[in-house]
Amino acid sequence: MNAIEFILAGMLGAATPFLLAALGELVAERAGVLNLGVEGLMAFGAVLAFIIVYHGGGHFLGFVAAGLGSAVLSLVFAVVALGFRANQVATGLAIGILGQGLSALFGKTYESLTVKGLPKLAFPWLSEIPVLGSLFIQDIVVWLSLAATLALWGMFAYTKTGLVVRAVGENPKAAHAIGYSVTSVRVFAIAFGGAMAGFAGAYAAVVYTPLWADGMIAGRGWIAIALVVFGTWLTGRIFLGACLFGAVSLMGLAAQATGLDVPSQLLSSLPYLVTIIVLGIISADRRLLKLNGVASLGEPFER
Amino acid sequence: MSVLPAAFLPTLVRRERASLAATLLAPPIALAVATILNLGLYVLLGRDPIAVVHAMLLEPFLSWTSFSEVLLKAAPLLLIAQGLAIGFRAKVFNIGAEGQFILGAIFASAIPVWFPQATGQWIWPLMLLLGALGGGLWASLTAFWRVRLNANEILVSLMLSLVAAQLLNYLLLGPWKDPNGFNFPQSVMFQYDAMVPILISGTRVNVSLLLTLAFSAAAWVFMQKSFTGYKLQVGGLAPRAAGYAGFNEGWAIWLSLLIGGFAAGLAGAAEVAGPLGQLQRSISTGYGYAAIIVAYLGGLHPLGIVFSALLMAVLYIGGDNAMVSANLPIAAVRVFQGSLLLAYLIAVAFVRHRLEWPRAAVRSQS
Repeated sequence: MNAIEFILAGMLGAATPFLLAALGELVAERAGVLNLGVEGLMAFGAVLAFIIVYHGGGHFLGFVAAGLGSAVLSLVFAVVALGFRANQVATGLAIGILGQGLSALFGKTYESLTVKGLPKLAFPWLSEIPVLGSLFIQDIVVWLSLAATLALWGMFAYTKTGLVVRAVGENPKAAHAIGYSVTSVRVFAIAFGGAMAGFAGAYAAVVYTPLWADGMIAGRGWIAIALVVFGTWLTGRIFLGACLFGAVSLMGLAAQATGLDVPSQLLSSLPYLVTIIVLGIISADRRLLKLNGVASLGEPFER
Repeated sequence: MSVLPAAFLPTLVRRERASLAATLLAPPIALAVATILNLGLYVLLGRDPIAVVHAMLLEPFLSWTSFSEVLLKAAPLLLIAQGLAIGFRAKVFNIGAEGQFILGAIFASAIPVWFPQATGQWIWPLMLLLGALGGGLWASLTAFWRVRLNANEILVSLMLSLVAAQLLNYLLLGPWKDPNGFNFPQSVMFQYDAMVPILISGTRVNVSLLLTLAFSAAAWVFMQKSFTGYKLQVGGLAPRAAGYAGFNEGWAIWLSLLIGGFAAGLAGAAEVAGPLGQLQRSISTGYGYAAIIVAYLGGLHPLGIVFSALLMAVLYIGGDNAMVSANLPIAAVRVFQGSLLLAYLIAVAFVRHRLEWPRAAVRSQS
């Protein structure tokens, strides 16, 4: 297997934690809520899923627990940021610290333990194409994440629900005036974002690298938030961005395998450096951000 | 909140003027609420809550030695938080103090690592200066990205912290590793002149505590008395008004980030040239992130931050105690920090708002 095939085969799997978390954050931000706690929500979901899978509860139950647990934690964010109109930046940071702390606390006795991942499922026909075929042999969660991407894209493009979420983020006063409850929409958007972050963490901990280590999320939650900006709040572009980061995080491994003499720390910081550079390039186009950005992002709503 | 039946829930109503009582009461109330919640958690974990409270909140005050450790811990937290608070008031969210702290430690270590034989009283002051410079340089990357490239400073500064941690690892596993250090990821022990002089004999408290207090006083004068500080605050509270008044936003962002990076870098330098005496992997136990909580808990006010830094230092030292005496994992400190900030953010809502119960709401509308 050469480096290209290695990256093609692993890219979607590596992209999935980014993708799931970024899709969740996308919905929250579209509704006007900036939740910076994604890293902690992912870590919390990851530890819940790992504990359940380790004790034989199975992957399905693990994902359900991670989604529910992180959704509940994100509702704490909702109560503080929406109910008490607190600064969303500070609230998100607090949830992030709390989630990472709880993750380390619950995961302490599981350090370095492993679980079994999930089997890969081959997409009929497509998986037999030479070289490209390995792209179509993925586990069930990857396939479901792709389906979720499509569903979200459809929701924002074609459904009334998508329109209401966007209206609430774009002009909460107008949305309120025509009878939509801004707070309810935002609470659901936050909980959805929390659940997706939980799934993302679960995937990282029990499928992608099924081994528990404190701090295993390693900045992926923050990159997911950056992905929403890269994707200029558009589902399709966020998917492409997640694939890019999946490939970048594999490039380090591929480079090491080919015996390239580069410090491993440089390879580990590659995703962070790429985030910084891409963020600079995309943001420099102010028109692009203005065009697709969310007008009321991060601002508390007062009738 | 119309998710729940609205008729039974009180609503937040804006006060005519901010409540001073609520401002002063918010931190102690948040501390009490967070303590009670976390004690519940410890009970669930099967620990003796009384032993934990004793170890965490009392023991740090019971002997002069342990209280001096609190002072030692408070110094970097106080320094970083004072710098961050200036930025936060200008709505510049530098959350990358952790990375600026690490760069400060690296820059300061360059002298003893490259010139281990050098002697002279000038070494430690130069190291502190270099550290501040390193932190400022690291923060200036964020400032450039924000001002020139319009990139979000929260994300850039955080990413730079993750890069800084990798840079530290690289130096300690590679070029800066102590050749006689049994392969541990740490630098050589610094020579005597590369250490900040001890302030209180018999303890590890050093002269950097004085620098920290001087910086706090300077932060107070800057934010409460100077026109520059006033311009920064107007930029944070009313960006449009600041624009009309001709206050330059880009300049405010540069200044906020440079002050924050300078303070965090100085703290990093003081840590390696102080209690540690060498560059190590664990130079920061999350000071850069804890300082964000310290800044908010102190109401972003230079005086309040002095108290919140002391409180956070007590939590750190007490957490270490509780780990030993009550077998509490050190992660419990992070859980406590997170819940403390959440409790504070709720409590501080009552500075500008009051609760109105449904019955009263009907009356006020009629």
